[in-house]
Amino acid sequence: MKPAAFDYLQAATLDEALDALHEAGGDARVIAGGQSLVPMLNMRLARPAVLVDIMRIEALQKIERSGGDILIGAGVRQAKLEAWPDLANRLPLVAMALPWLGHVQTRARGTVCGSLAHADPSAELPLSLIALRGSVHLRTKRKKRTISAEDFFLGMMATELAEGEMIEAVSFPARADGTGYGFNEIGRRHGDFAITAVAAIVTEHSASIAIAGVDDRPRRFDVPLPDDSGLDDALNEIAWDLNARDDIHASARYRRELVRRLGRRTIEEAAACLA
Amino acid sequence: MSRLNAHEKKTVTFKLNGLPVRADAESRMLLSDFIRHEIGLTGTHVGCEHGVCGACTIQVDGAPARACLMLAVQAEGADIRTVEALSPGEGRLSALQAAFKRHHGLQCGFCTPGILMSLDALISARPDAGRNEVRDHLSGHLCRCTGYVTIVEAALSALDEIRREVKSNV
Repeated sequence: MKPAAFDYLQAATLDEALDALHEAGGDARVIAGGQSLVPMLNMRLARPAVLVDIMRIEALQKIERSGGDILIGAGVRQAKLEAWPDLANRLPLVAMALPWLGHVQTRARGTVCGSLAHADPSAELPLSLIALRGSVHLRTKRKKRTISAEDFFLGMMATELAEGEMIEAVSFPARADGTGYGFNEIGRRHGDFAITAVAAIVTEHSASIAIAGVDDRPRRFDVPLPDDSGLDDALNEIAWDLNARDDIHASARYRRELVRRLGRRTIEEAAACLA
Repeated sequence: MSRLNAHEKKTVTFKLNGLPVRADAESRMLLSDFIRHEIGLTGTHVGCEHGVCGACTIQVDGAPARACLMLAVQAEGADIRTVEALSPGEGRLSALQAAFKRHHGLQCGFCTPGILMSLDALISARPDAGRNEVRDHLSGHLCRCTGYVTIVEAALSALDEIRREVKSNV
């Protein structure tokens, strides 16, 4: 339960971090808050030759408005976002999801972007980003690119991040007028990994849900409005579409039932905060 | 940029329980092991070593954190407190520690240092905290002896006492 040996580089600037990642290629990993990566190192599920620490880079510490989005830098800890005074107003869905994410003790260190990079299929922040149709800003020494959440998450703990590339920031679309949000999660205990988590976004004319913990990545679907008689059928189709599997925590059948029931409840709650 | 090669050691310096400490660490040394083996303070316990059990919880810059999920080199310059900081003097207990004793908030005591550090941070940050906040903080800790009820009672009792003290000092 001790990490294998690695070189440790503490970058003072973004350019230093990008240079180091470029030089080390596929053998390097970025370490930010370490709350997902250090367990992987301790269990030797990850054995990078080089760790590039980005937490002393001032430029990555920002939470700011950028057009209709809230831009969160790669160095922003989850606790800092949780304490951001505008959170409930600008990002109500994220405000609902954050208390479910790990524990006070891990949110104090873990970063928002680190959770995205880890891409656990049951994680709350990837789910929120998929639900809101946000985007991730990636950067290498040579180029920058912004890709949609939909294209970023490829599968279980697999993302679009390429060799030498790091997440610079994430954009969460801010609350729009006339929009209601809902979030629910079922786990064995509060703070455990979700068996199933659901986010819902409802306006007067549209509704969508996103689901984590069932498929190998969070997935988003447009659905009928809550008073439409077709909603239950749509949720049932989604439940079957999600490739639910049995595991030690819950059966596939239970997960499908959660998609149907928790799905409806979350959509109704989102619609209720619209009214 | 500072670079530490895999088998090199670097001197790590930070504040521990109010006093400056320094010792050498390889890049891969966990903060929990650094505190126990290099500094020699063994009050911080090590359980699962992947962030689940909470036994190694300490305070880093005022917030509770897992010592097993930090590298010692990441702690450079930080202000760290461990369970050894709680007692106000030789043979004396803090209000929280005394409440744990009074309410039987511990049995084997393995999980206790971590729990005390989480609850101490809660009490400092939010002396108005109630049962829900206490339970929320405890959700990050595993205790296989007590069933948690006595721990919650101890925390609420300590919070009560601290609020009364604050009031009587006004």
